[in-house]
Amino acid sequence: MNSPTPLPPIKRIDPSRAPKVVDPRHDTLGAADAIAAAVAPGSSNRVERMRIDDLSIAYGTKPAVRNVTLPVREGEVLALIGPSGCGKTTLLRSLNRLTELTDTAVATGSITLNGDDIHALEATDLRRRVSMVFQQPNPFPMSIFDNVAYAIREQAARRPSKSALAPLVREALEDAGLWDEVGDNLDHPALRLSGGQQQRLCIARALASKPEVLLMDEPCSALDPKSTEIIEELITRLREKVAIVIVTHNLQQAHRVGDNVAFMYLGELVEYGTVEQVFNAPRAERTQNYVGGVFG
Amino acid sequence: MPQSSAARSERRAERSLGALSSLVLVLITAMCLFVLLKAWPSFSHNGPMWFGWGGNVDDQLAAIFNSPANPAKWDYTIRTWPILYATALLTIVSVAIGIVVSTLAAVFIVEFAPPSVKRVVSPVVRLLAAVPSVIYGLIGILVLVPFVGNHLIGDGRKNSVTFVVQLSGASLGVAVVILTLMITPIMIAIIADALRAVPNGWKEGALALGANRWRVMWTVVVRSARPAIIAAAVIAAARAIGEGIMLAMVSGSVGFAPNPLDGITFVFEPLRPYAATIVDNAEGLSVKPFGQTIYAMAAVLLFASLMLSLGGTLAKRPLRKYGVRL
Amino acid sequence: MSTSTQPKVVHRRGKDTVKSWPLPDRIAYFSCWAVGIGLCLVAAGLILFMLNKGLQYVSLDLIFSNPAVGSDQSQTGGFLAPLLGTVILTLVGTIIAIPLGVATAIWIVEYGRPTRLARAVESGIEVVAGTPSIVLGIFGLLLFSNGIFSFMSFRALGGAVAGRSFLTAGAMMSLIALPLIFTSTREALQQVPAQVREASYALGKTKWSTIRKVLIPTARPGILTGTALGMGRIAGDTAIVVILLGATMQIEKVGSAPIVSTLRGTGSTLTSYVYNNSPAGEGNAPQKAYAAAFVLLLLVLALNFGIDILSRRSKKEIV
Repeated sequence: MNSPTPLPPIKRIDPSRAPKVVDPRHDTLGAADAIAAAVAPGSSNRVERMRIDDLSIAYGTKPAVRNVTLPVREGEVLALIGPSGCGKTTLLRSLNRLTELTDTAVATGSITLNGDDIHALEATDLRRRVSMVFQQPNPFPMSIFDNVAYAIREQAARRPSKSALAPLVREALEDAGLWDEVGDNLDHPALRLSGGQQQRLCIARALASKPEVLLMDEPCSALDPKSTEIIEELITRLREKVAIVIVTHNLQQAHRVGDNVAFMYLGELVEYGTVEQVFNAPRAERTQNYVGGVFG
Repeated sequence: MPQSSAARSERRAERSLGALSSLVLVLITAMCLFVLLKAWPSFSHNGPMWFGWGGNVDDQLAAIFNSPANPAKWDYTIRTWPILYATALLTIVSVAIGIVVSTLAAVFIVEFAPPSVKRVVSPVVRLLAAVPSVIYGLIGILVLVPFVGNHLIGDGRKNSVTFVVQLSGASLGVAVVILTLMITPIMIAIIADALRAVPNGWKEGALALGANRWRVMWTVVVRSARPAIIAAAVIAAARAIGEGIMLAMVSGSVGFAPNPLDGITFVFEPLRPYAATIVDNAEGLSVKPFGQTIYAMAAVLLFASLMLSLGGTLAKRPLRKYGVRL
Repeated sequence: MSTSTQPKVVHRRGKDTVKSWPLPDRIAYFSCWAVGIGLCLVAAGLILFMLNKGLQYVSLDLIFSNPAVGSDQSQTGGFLAPLLGTVILTLVGTIIAIPLGVATAIWIVEYGRPTRLARAVESGIEVVAGTPSIVLGIFGLLLFSNGIFSFMSFRALGGAVAGRSFLTAGAMMSLIALPLIFTSTREALQQVPAQVREASYALGKTKWSTIRKVLIPTARPGILTGTALGMGRIAGDTAIVVILLGATMQIEKVGSAPIVSTLRGTGSTLTSYVYNNSPAGEGNAPQKAYAAAFVLLLLVLALNFGIDILSRRSKKEIV
């Protein structure tokens, strides 16, 4: 067939989603130094759990995360915000090395957990210490009890008895604010719970192994407003127990639950600071444009 | 075309398709009735002892075959215990081995095999499933049976049971090996399909909780594919129960019940299940009492396969409440 | 892109080694590999063995001569008649099974009313799939020995209907292929998106003409796959042949009408030929058995894998 060379398709960008960026490489306000200082070690007196240092990740030749440096501190909720496809989920998944499940993913730079390179740890060990909650609630097709006990059982060298597990399961469910609702029905199938309960069960499941860091990938995007509210309260409470990194595309949510906010765009870290600073006095122009539309 | 005529031809199409589809039910009913009616005299003469033990079943079959011409004097006496036992033994052992082997193989194909190996293993499984049973039987009778008879069974072992049964190599062991090989590919195909259908979120969730890849497969993926494993076992059992030709070739075709108390010799003892008995005696079907006896065995097979279909459906039911995919 | 700095360390994969797993997990992991490799070795051994025997014993002479009576393997002729028998029986069985299987699948997917009947039919087909072919065979013998089916076979000397012929065996063989054709047609129909049906209705087509003009053509690859698999199963089945085809050495025609005489007559197939020439049968001619088994294996594998190759090629043409 002699067809003419097809024209490249026209990409239409939803104006409500796309930040008003003049030039992604352009930084008129000279915020780079201030942000570099904010992410540098020792900029806060809290203990640093994880440190992401000059991390770049590419899927094949397609870069997803570029030269990002970020601290994850104890007692704080770090909210990663940014438009779809900005690399925030990839960044999150690299923290417990789930990116390695994609064969083409290549990472450069370093991530440390309490000072140890996470790539030198066993993946299984790392993932117990850096636990994760996903966008879609994904409880296993087992009873509520077995779901929560899953990580503890996998961790144990010998199969722990049900009575030994019971207090740990209860504690995790209490932490996730689910004990009052399901405490009497621990043998019920987890998939019978409502969406919000399922997500809190997943949080309980992730907490049961007593992780040092909890990763949350848009944990409320599949839930109704009421369940979202419950989970946001839960996050606020949990920050005392565990360092939390949460990915969200919902700026209000970042504002409500976050202590520190990192704004990513096209794989780069554009802005990092406390929630007040990022939302009220953003240093970079792109951040201003992005958060401005919401709170302006 | 006027509207009403179009609607009428629509209805006619639906009716004819429905009627054609229902033929299969008519057929199954006819099959049960025909076989049971034909088999009835054999069952009614023996009562429950039809399944019992006593005497040599091969001698009994010969006596039935040589019944006098007078219908009043027809011999029906038969005790099919050795045949029933052989059928159950072969089916249970090969399905049990098959479940283990096929689950491991399915996990391998779905999870552990590198893409290049996967490209080889998948057609291999299909190939093994496609090979006709008579070819398995031929290799069994011309290669495995002589090998076992000449090299694995010593004279001492042959002599030890010489007054009970002759050990030629055609045996329980060879039959189980080939039967397992025949049913495993079907099971692998069913189980692998089910493993692939397990939602990725479950796998990722388990990995993110620090389980290693084997534990993820075992505790979450295989676990949620249990109904498929049951379905695979049922289908495999139906095939194993009904496999006549291959077993007629390699099982030794002796109405003998191998005795587990014989130790290793047990594996080398011959036997013959119902299906192989029917194949071996297909020539005599027109001899009245003999034909009825053989049809009684067919009725048992038919009943067993019906029960397996039913049992497979029932076994899946309790798992449904945990939201397991069916 | 241009600003990205040189990577300091490259981690393609972190540490995630089977070595560090607990012993039982490692054993399980290696068992998986062992089983996978073992299956490949068995298959390779089987194919190489059959290839070796086949190349050793198959000759054109054997394929193009009919079986004969003889006391020695050199006198018993070839297996032309069984080969033709396999072809005829497979065709008869498939021709009966296709309309039944396709019609049932269409009815289940597109109509499915009353629901109870539809469910019963579906389980019925599962039951048929689970029924041993030896049982189908002797049920067929019982059924077709009835007087009303005498047109399908012939009457023996005493006047009893024999019930054995290509037609009767083919009818029972169709039940072996039926579940395969039904399942793959049903799956193909279920994969047709609802929009396709709606688009056809929107053009004012009736349901029946949508089925004929749109759904069946769309489901054709599925029907073909099921048919090929079904043909492979028919060609490979022995039990029904032994009981219902008579397993006579030659194709014995009944009457003089050109095609009908063959269909009403008895014969044998490659499978029964292999069986009868093995030590289990009377022939005891292993070389002939190997040769016929090799041809049978080629035929069955061609039916099972040929459809793959065809569909792959047609996909390439589209691209």
